[in-house]
Amino acid sequence: MTIKRPDKRKIDELRPIEAKAGVIKRADGSGWFKIGNTVAYAAVYGPKATHLRFLKSPDKGNLRCHYNMMPFSGAGDRVRPGGSRRSKEISKVMEDALSPVLNLDNFPNSIVEVYVELSQTDAGTRCAGICAASIALADAGIPMKDLVCAVAVGSIKGEVVIDLSKEEEDIGDAVDIPIAVIPSTGKITLLQMDGILKREDLKKALELGKAASSKIYEVQKKALKDKFKGGESK
Amino acid sequence: MSKLIAKDKDIVVPGEQLAQGMEFVPGYGTYREGDNVRASLMGVLYVDNRALKIIPVSGKYMPKRDDVVIGQVIDIMMSGWRVEFDCAYSAMLNVRDASSDFIRKDADLREYFNIGDYIMTKITNVTSQKLVDITMKAPGLRRLSGGRIIKVNTNKVPRIIGKQGSMVSLVKDATGCRINVGQNGLVWISGDIEQEIIAMEAIKEIENNSHIPGLTDKIKAFLEKRTGKKIESKPKESVQNDN
Repeated sequence: MTIKRPDKRKIDELRPIEAKAGVIKRADGSGWFKIGNTVAYAAVYGPKATHLRFLKSPDKGNLRCHYNMMPFSGAGDRVRPGGSRRSKEISKVMEDALSPVLNLDNFPNSIVEVYVELSQTDAGTRCAGICAASIALADAGIPMKDLVCAVAVGSIKGEVVIDLSKEEEDIGDAVDIPIAVIPSTGKITLLQMDGILKREDLKKALELGKAASSKIYEVQKKALKDKFKGGESK
Repeated sequence: MSKLIAKDKDIVVPGEQLAQGMEFVPGYGTYREGDNVRASLMGVLYVDNRALKIIPVSGKYMPKRDDVVIGQVIDIMMSGWRVEFDCAYSAMLNVRDASSDFIRKDADLREYFNIGDYIMTKITNVTSQKLVDITMKAPGLRRLSGGRIIKVNTNKVPRIIGKQGSMVSLVKDATGCRINVGQNGLVWISGDIEQEIIAMEAIKEIENNSHIPGLTDKIKAFLEKRTGKKIESKPKESVQNDN
């Protein structure tokens, strides 16, 4: 049985993806990632010095993420500007999703800051944010094992689907599982779940997510390489 | 059977598979993962027989011993100055290394270098924790007074200087400006105001087109157009470099 999705996508079909690198001139590295109607900008600053003792490690550099949804970005109510419990949590999981690929051993006592701004949101913001951030980190010349590809999987009306839109996410029993994958190894660096799902459906959903990560990786790779075709944008 | 997957001079991105098999040796900016060699930096791949390395195209400056850099004095300490040079780590300039003159113990250190001054300096030592020592005791090192400072990508500095300083000399001769290029990507330009702007634009032009072949001719044409003067090509011997 295949269910009808509101935008007539197949169950394993992602929304249209676009990506760019080097979109913010004054940042050390930047990325732009658009999936469907969700748009994320990421800017990387550093490695730079910090005076905050709790952020410093004498053996390696630290990563710090800032997630922010712009006030009129969503289809729903206005988001109150500034940090919230939700944005703080997402910043934290983004740090955890990106840290495993970064190698900051050569930057003791420094920090790398990543600012993620969502100018338009239609579900899957943390995933779009992670995709944009990994483009930005690579653009900033920070040593990393791989890019990170993130996508939301889940289920609507008992059927496992990929890349839920806001419309689908709001369906009564919808389950939302944002995951982030390191494409070269297939390892998962972010796994959250909102809702209740059968064990075998979760496995199925993760397989879908891993398969989609290679498609996302190709888009990210192209974005970075395109920066050097026909002159640099920076 | 070992096999090269990416090509020499390709732009590669982190995670990209460069080669398969144990015959290839991972160098700077690459790593081995199982049988494969992958990229860990974004940059241009260089294949030298079996060794693979990546020359990065972006990234902040990393202090390196013997580099000549341009820095700014940000603080005055008990026995020296703290100098910042657009990088995660600042450097310490000890009074001992500041001048060939004798500096008395009770001297006012502001008379030598004040806060906010830009200096051309040389890195003498970098520790594992990235504590940096610098010196002013080498030819050409001095306080930079007047002129202007511009910031360029530190990875493009070799192109801006050119072979034996040929590129920077071209800009110097065409504009009549004094130009100093620090390895950290700060460039000091001093001369006639209008010429300074032309020199600044020329340097930006080099930075933006650093990967294009025949860059020298392009820059020469750019300078001729902007200054309205013809540039004669000089014999190689007369090209000198004070960087």
